[in-house]
Amino acid sequence: MYDHFVLTILLAWPLVAALALWLVPESRAKHVALVAALIEFAVSVPLWWRFVPSAGMQFEANAPWIAGWGIAYHVGLDGISLFLVLLTTFLVPLSVLGSFTYITKRERAFYANLLVLTTGMIGVFVALDLFLFYVMWEVMLIPMYFIIGIWGGERRLYAAIKFFIYTMFGSLLMLVAILGLYLIVASRTGTYSFDYAFLLAHATGLGSLGWWFFGAFFLAFAIKVPMFPFHTWLPDAHVEAPTAGSVILAGVLLKMGTYGFLRFALPFFPQVALSPTVQAVVVTLSLVGIIYGGLVAMVQPDVKKLVAYSSVSHLGFVMLGIWALTLQSVQGALLVMINHGLSTGALFFIVGMLYERRHSRLIEAFGGLARVVPLLATALTIVSLSSIGLPGTNGFVGEFLILIGAFRTYPWAAGIATTGVIVAAMYLLWALQRVIFNKLDKQENEHLPDLSWREALVLVPILAGIFWIGLYPKPILQRMEPAAQHLIDTLRPGAQAALR
Amino acid sequence: MNLDLSTSRGLVTGLLPELVLTAWGLVLLAVVAWRHKTPRDLRIAGWMTLAAFANSAVAVWWLWWNRVGAEGITPMVAVDDFRYVADFLFLGAGALTVMFSFAYLERESLLAPEYYVLLVFATIGMMLMAGGEDLIVIFLGLELMSVCVYVLAGVDRKSARAAEAALKYFLLGAFASAFLLYGIALAYGATGTTNLSLIGMQVASLGLAHSPLLLIGLGLLLVGFGFKTAAVPFHMWAPDVYDGSPTPVTGFMATAVKAAAFVALARVLVEAFSATAAWHGIVIGLAVLTMVIGNLVALAQRSVKRMLAYSSVAHAGYLLVAVSAGTALGNAAVLFYLAAYGLTSIAAFALVAARGRGGESDLQIDDLAGLSTDKPWLAFALAACMLSLLGFPGTAGFIGKWYILLAAVGTGKVWLATVLVLTSLISAGYYLPVIMAMYMRPVPFANAHAGLKFGRLGLVALAACIAAVIYFGIAPHRLLDLARESGAALQPSGLTTPVAGH
Repeated sequence: MYDHFVLTILLAWPLVAALALWLVPESRAKHVALVAALIEFAVSVPLWWRFVPSAGMQFEANAPWIAGWGIAYHVGLDGISLFLVLLTTFLVPLSVLGSFTYITKRERAFYANLLVLTTGMIGVFVALDLFLFYVMWEVMLIPMYFIIGIWGGERRLYAAIKFFIYTMFGSLLMLVAILGLYLIVASRTGTYSFDYAFLLAHATGLGSLGWWFFGAFFLAFAIKVPMFPFHTWLPDAHVEAPTAGSVILAGVLLKMGTYGFLRFALPFFPQVALSPTVQAVVVTLSLVGIIYGGLVAMVQPDVKKLVAYSSVSHLGFVMLGIWALTLQSVQGALLVMINHGLSTGALFFIVGMLYERRHSRLIEAFGGLARVVPLLATALTIVSLSSIGLPGTNGFVGEFLILIGAFRTYPWAAGIATTGVIVAAMYLLWALQRVIFNKLDKQENEHLPDLSWREALVLVPILAGIFWIGLYPKPILQRMEPAAQHLIDTLRPGAQAALR
Repeated sequence: MNLDLSTSRGLVTGLLPELVLTAWGLVLLAVVAWRHKTPRDLRIAGWMTLAAFANSAVAVWWLWWNRVGAEGITPMVAVDDFRYVADFLFLGAGALTVMFSFAYLERESLLAPEYYVLLVFATIGMMLMAGGEDLIVIFLGLELMSVCVYVLAGVDRKSARAAEAALKYFLLGAFASAFLLYGIALAYGATGTTNLSLIGMQVASLGLAHSPLLLIGLGLLLVGFGFKTAAVPFHMWAPDVYDGSPTPVTGFMATAVKAAAFVALARVLVEAFSATAAWHGIVIGLAVLTMVIGNLVALAQRSVKRMLAYSSVAHAGYLLVAVSAGTALGNAAVLFYLAAYGLTSIAAFALVAARGRGGESDLQIDDLAGLSTDKPWLAFALAACMLSLLGFPGTAGFIGKWYILLAAVGTGKVWLATVLVLTSLISAGYYLPVIMAMYMRPVPFANAHAGLKFGRLGLVALAACIAAVIYFGIAPHRLLDLARESGAALQPSGLTTPVAGH
């Protein structure tokens, strides 16, 4: 029962809750939304135990949707998507809780958007039908667009439309590629179907078309990740979005891009993706992203922008890990996807809390906070250290795995990427120093209140996660391993064919 | 059930919907001649028109339900599913226009019940266009429709802009008709017939595919249809006419009139010219030009009505992509897209119409600022329209675009599909600001949107449109099946085509 319906419930419940929000008074909306998000999380938790690592796709549900075109509602979960779904359901209640005082206008609409967004995000991660995937991929754009555009900062309109158009550009090309795949497979087999496994089994030997299709998928995902030259929407969107929006953007939305590579772009077009040219391009862009993102983060006067650019750097690691295609590096990439969700999510929460206190996000507006708000400062320090990758925190495990994994495939690249860790230490520690240490020289900062209970409740679960993954990642790695190994096994023959 | 169209009984049965509507039109004409003074008379005429459309729709439904078809080549009129589904489109668009016109005509004090008579006769023209199996019948239908719509464009006699629009439309429309007629004459000269299927057979059997006479005729036909569908570079009239006409009429023109032109174009190209491959290239060229120019120019518009006018040009481009395929899939996509676009567009124009304050002020995009706080439901409706026009998942517009892309990629034109998606990305640049204004900008002053009023009937129609747009976006099966079956009804070269079952 549970296994069959859980994903459907996870997809439908937030929509139901979003509709139900219109029945409650505006002032109660946040509480209802919190309860709804917690229920969503509670429903998703048993996935952790019921998941069988060796069983491949599970929790599947499959029902025809638009039968005439071979479109089905087909969802399922494997070791790659499990953690992304759990990360989503984990971050959403925290985002709701974190928005209690930040969002003061049109609360009902805000939480409704957040809940609809949840459906879209989970839908992307569990869709096993390419049409369904595309629909979910696009559907989550609208609530995010509203969240940035209505509740965002000064330049919210610009950021919202930029976010929308960038994402749509990539996804529209992907749409054409999906259609192309569908029709080619249909002409070969006589069966019209958008089913993931079916298309994957028959979409081989595409020749030069494979390059075009891969290019379309690549653009869609690379924009979302974002990889280096396609990243310009990210700082705007992150900075202008309200705290919850930034958390979800960084925590979950960016992972859709890397997830897309793992689930679609690589398995469908292994020969193209692992051809020397593409390998060189992707690895180079990842390295540029790692270093460039870090360097640009260093010079940001705005804390939120700093965190935004640090995302470019972290996601560069993920891309490197995926393309290195060793068990360690892929597991590491998956782990960094989660870690980044936790650490960067927490950083955005803390920046939001600081902003609520001081109405400024400029680093120079702070200084010496450690004495005024010791708890907040401690949390910020821990989270920053985890983002840097200090041993004992989650960041270390993920990046370390990527680096040792990548070293076997691209020793040079791994070497260069290591400097990225140092750059991360530079920009975060320097920022940390200027925000919470140094002298307490601004009068406004002398009477800032420390963490409230509510804020502590937002941060504690994330901090727990940070230490748990940092100290005992084995249960997570165990659950990922078969899926990662399967991915590598299916891709390797293609890689060798490309190298020949 | 197969009809023998050479008997009068068969012909009457085959033309039942048109005849029913004509009878209603004549009755309406008589009624209007007697009663045309008070708003009440206007309402009576409106209700009668709705009854007329409903009655004719029942007749179409009867033909469709009984799978009425004909053996072999039919003279003059076609009896197939393609025509029936197109008729449903016209009647639906006409009925929605009437429902939106009730409040509009009274507010603008346009006490001209002949408005409804013209609407009925224009619809008859469209139905003849969709059902014409002969170039002459199509031309007659087109003229009947056009003349009525010229008058409708200028029905507001107090408005100088409406007069300008009507005159412009008339002059350019007459010009286009001349092209069309000359094209028909040349096609006749080349093949000795004006019957579509016979032309197709002649071309195939006599090897006329490269006959210059026929090709010039085909070119002129395309120019004529290009004008009527507002394809670039024959679109110049469209924005001014759409802008100047009373808004419900604009909605009618952008949906029903355009649909009629596309349906007739698809039939002519597939049935008569499938052996003449030259048109594919021309239509593709028109499609690309129309998509690019329509979208780019729409981007520069600040007035909502003008923006919708140019966007309607852009949508003609998408439709031309489907037409250019010339396959059953393409024709099905044309029908589906016309339905999806029609529902959306007519609702969007209705929302613009409702915003007028007597004498229709020019509604700018910025005037919509903060609509979502004052009138959340209307803002939601307009947002849904914009997303559907943009082709966003969850709306009928998305399924329609998907269908067109499928048709394009299905004929191996991946590049054309790419042009389509890239140009629709441009369209995000003008559809989104509408949503942005409504949801992300504050209300400029109190009661800024008090002027936005719908009649009760108009609200019902609007709710129906939006519900349909969303419903067909999520569960399009029925409409897809319908489009697929009727799209397959168009067969090249007059092969014997008993009507496909459903």
